[in-house]
Amino acid sequence: MSDKKTELVKHDEVEHQYEAGLAKVNADKFTDPGIEPHRVRMTDKSVKHEKTAARQVAALFLISIAGSIFAIWAYFGFRVYGFDLNSIRNNALFLGLGISLGMFGIGIGAVHWAKTLMPDAEVSEARHQTRGTEETRAAAIEVIKLANEESGFSRRKLIRRSLYGALALFPIPGLVIFRDLGPNPADKLKHTMWSAGAKLMRDPSGTPIKASDVQVGSVFHVIPEGLAELGENDATYGKMLEEKAKAAVLLVRVDPADLKESEARKDWSYQGIVAYSKICTHVGCPVALYEQHTHHLLCPCHQSTFDLTDECKVIFGPASRPLPQLPITVDAEGYLVARSDFTEPVGPSFWDRKA
Amino acid sequence: MTTANNTAKKGGFLAGTANYLDERVGVAGILKTFGRKVFPDHWSFMLGEVALYSFLVLLLSGTFLTFFFQPAMTPVVYDGIYGPLKGAHMSVAYASTIDISFEVRGGLLMRQVHHWSALLFVASAGLHMLRVFFTGAFRKPREINWVVGFALFVLGMAGGFTGYSLPDDLLSGNGLRIIDGMLKGVPVIGSWISSLLFGGEFPGENIVARLYSLHIMLIPALILVFIAIHLFMVVIHKHSHYSGPGKRDDNVVGYPLAPVYVAKAGGFFFIVFGAIMLVAATFTINPVWNYGGYDPSPVSAGTQPDWYIGWLDGALRLTPSHLEFEAGGYTYSMNVLLPMIVGVLFLIIVALYPFIEAWVTGDKREHHVLDRPRNAPTRTAIGAAGVVFYAVLWAGAATDLIATNFKMSLNQVLTTLQISLIVLPVLAYYITKRLALSLQRKDREIVLHGRESGRIVRLPHGEFIEVHEEIDEYTRYKLVDFVNYEPIMARPNARGKITIRGRIRASMSRWFFEDRVTPVTPAELEAAHKHGKELH
Repeated sequence: MSDKKTELVKHDEVEHQYEAGLAKVNADKFTDPGIEPHRVRMTDKSVKHEKTAARQVAALFLISIAGSIFAIWAYFGFRVYGFDLNSIRNNALFLGLGISLGMFGIGIGAVHWAKTLMPDAEVSEARHQTRGTEETRAAAIEVIKLANEESGFSRRKLIRRSLYGALALFPIPGLVIFRDLGPNPADKLKHTMWSAGAKLMRDPSGTPIKASDVQVGSVFHVIPEGLAELGENDATYGKMLEEKAKAAVLLVRVDPADLKESEARKDWSYQGIVAYSKICTHVGCPVALYEQHTHHLLCPCHQSTFDLTDECKVIFGPASRPLPQLPITVDAEGYLVARSDFTEPVGPSFWDRKA
Repeated sequence: MTTANNTAKKGGFLAGTANYLDERVGVAGILKTFGRKVFPDHWSFMLGEVALYSFLVLLLSGTFLTFFFQPAMTPVVYDGIYGPLKGAHMSVAYASTIDISFEVRGGLLMRQVHHWSALLFVASAGLHMLRVFFTGAFRKPREINWVVGFALFVLGMAGGFTGYSLPDDLLSGNGLRIIDGMLKGVPVIGSWISSLLFGGEFPGENIVARLYSLHIMLIPALILVFIAIHLFMVVIHKHSHYSGPGKRDDNVVGYPLAPVYVAKAGGFFFIVFGAIMLVAATFTINPVWNYGGYDPSPVSAGTQPDWYIGWLDGALRLTPSHLEFEAGGYTYSMNVLLPMIVGVLFLIIVALYPFIEAWVTGDKREHHVLDRPRNAPTRTAIGAAGVVFYAVLWAGAATDLIATNFKMSLNQVLTTLQISLIVLPVLAYYITKRLALSLQRKDREIVLHGRESGRIVRLPHGEFIEVHEEIDEYTRYKLVDFVNYEPIMARPNARGKITIRGRIRASMSRWFFEDRVTPVTPAELEAAHKHGKELH
C-alpha cells in the first residue's frame, strides 16, 4: 500500500483538472481504506468443495447436451399432422424446452464455474482521463492547421462557400425521389362509395336490408351496394378495403320519439332507423360497440362515446366531432337506400377537411 | 516463413491458429490490450447486457422468420391446414404468418421467441436507462453515450411497432389505422404524409412491404451501428463503478475479462437466450390466427398494443374531449396533436437531461464513480416523477380493462387517471426527495453513532439502552464517499448586472441543492465519539 499516497494525489488531480461547479470538495475527508480484503470462499479453502463445484459445472454442461439432443428429437418426434392443434403445440413446447435446457445448462454452468472456481478477488486497473494529454492535443491542432494550410480551406472563400452550397443541395434529389411513394391525397378523403340510391347492404354478406327487417334496438353493420363484389375479385380486393375503410356504416333503429333531430336532418332517418359512419372521428377505429339501453356508441380503441339519439355528439373520450350521419330512405321495394354520400368527410380529422 | 511454420507445428492446432491470426490481424496485441481488462461487478450492470443479448436473439429468430414470411398484401383465399380460416380472403402476409405458425415445424416457437425477445429488448433497455439515470452514470464523460442509448431505446420501439404491423391481422391493422389517424391530424401536411406512407388511401396495398423493409433492414442496421458506438464508448471510458472503498474516478475495480467475465457474460448470454426460449415455449403470444385478416369494419374490445407503445396509446386516451378547433377554414386536431406533443416533449427532456443537469451544477469534472440515488435527492426525485408520469400514461392504455376487471365506471377511471397524470408525478417528486434525504440522514446516524446491534443492556440505574456497534472503515467509507454541492447565488457580472441567465441558473441550483445532507467528516465523527463517551 506504499503507492496509495501517490494514487491519491493523482485522484485529486482528476478532481481539480476541471471546474467542479457547485461541488464542494471537502478538505477534511475520510481517507480511502482501499479495496476490501478478499473473502475466502469454501471452494478456495476446501478441496472437497472445489471438486463438488467442478462436478456441478460438468453436470450442468451434460444437462445442456441432453437438452440439445432432446430438442432435435422433439423436432422430428412431435410431427405436425394436418390441423391438429395438440401436435402443433407439442412441437413448439418440447422443441422450445429442449433448446432452453441446452442454453440454460451452458449459461448456468459457465456462471457457476466463474463464481466458484475462478478467482474472485477484485483487482484495480488505472483509468486514464478521456481527454488527450496536452501534447496530443497540440499535435492534433497542428494536424488541423496543416491540413487547413495545405488545402487553403479558410483562405479560399469562393471554394468554401460554393462547397457549402453544393453540400446543402445534394441531399434534396434524394428526398425528391420519394415523391412517388403515394399520390396527392386531393379530395379522396372527402368522398366515399355512397351515392344517391345506393342500397344499404349487410356486412360481410352483401345482401340488401329491408326497412321492415330492422327491429327497434337491433344493429346492422352496413356496407354500400357493390362493395362486397369488389372483394370477390383479387384485382379489386385492395380497392374494397380502401372503400370499406371509409364507407362502413352502423345502422340502428330506435323509437322515433327518442331521436333528437335538427330541422336540416329531419328526412335523413327513416321511421327511427338511423345510419352513422362507423369510422371514429378520433383516429379512425371502427366504432363497433352499441349499448342498447343508453343508445351510446363506444369506440373500443380509445373509448370515445357518441350519443346515437343526439346526432352522435361526443359525450365522452378524446374525439371532438360527432360521427357523420348517412342520409337514408327506402326505395320502391322497401329496401333501405342512401339519399346521398356523407355530407362531410368521415373518419379522423385532417387539415383541409373543411376547405 | 519456415520458422513460423515450425513454431506453429510445435504448439499444436491452437497455437497454430493463434499464430496464423496474429500474423494476419495482430491478435496478440488485441489480447494483450483487452484480455485482462477489468469490469466492475454489480447486478444492475446486467440490464444493458440483457438488452444486448435479446437483440442477438431477435436477429437470429428474425432471420429464421424471413425465410418463410412473405411481406405482400396481395389477396389470397386461405387454403392451409387451419380449419376456421379455410376459404377466407386474406393477404399473403397474413396467410404466410399462419403457415409459419402451423405448417413450419419450430415456426410457431420462433414467432414467439421473436415477439418475447422484442418485448424483453425494450424492457431491459428501459430498465438499463433507469439504472444509468438514477446512478448519475450519464455525467461527463458519458453524456453522448446516454444520447446513443436513448436512440437505441427509440429504435427499439420503432422496430417493435414495424414488426407488430407485419402479420396484417385485425389487431395490427387497427394499430396502423390509429397511426394513420394520428398522421392525418398533423397540420398542413397530415394527409400527404399518410398518402406517402400508405401509397395512397389507407390501408392500400403497400404498407406491409414498406414496413418490412424498415423492419428487417434499416432499423436493425441502425440498431447495430448504435450498439457498436455504444460499446465502443464503453471501451473508451471503461465501465463506471459504484462508490465504495478503493473505488475512485481514476481506477476501475472489478474482475478481469478473461477468464471471469468471458465466463460470466458469455454464460449470461445463454441464460438470457434460455429464459426467452422457456417463455416462448410455454406462453402463447399474439395468436394472430384468432384475430382474422385485416378488415376495416370489425374490431375486438379490450385490445392492447405491445407494452412499450402503451404510454403513447394512453396519452391518446387521456386527452380531454373537444380539443379540436377550426380557424381560417383549416382544422387543428389538438386531440391528436396534444398527446403527440406531450410524448415528443417527454422524450426530448429524457434525451437532454444530462446536459440540463450539467448546466445547473456547472460540474465539468469526469465522473466514473456512480452516485447512490439517495446522495442525489433532486435527481432521484425528478426520475421518480418521470417514472410515475410514464406509468400513468401507460395505465391510460388500459382504462377499459381496468374498468371492466375492477367493475368501475370507465368515465371515473379516465378522470382519475387524467388528474393522476398531473398530481402523482408532483407527489412522487416530493415523497422521493424526502425519502432520499431521510436515507442520507440515516447514513449519517450510522456513521456517527454506529449500527444498532439489537443487544439491549440494562444500566445500573435501571435505564435500558440498545448498544450501538461502530461500523468498520470499509462500510463507513461507502457511506461518506460523496460530494456536497452548494447552491450558487445570483451575482452581478463585471458590469454590475445580474443577468436573467444568471438568475435562472441560481434558482435552478437552489432547487437542486438547497435541501441537502452533507457527508460526515472525520472531525464530526471525532466529536460524536467524544460526546458518546461523556454520556456513558
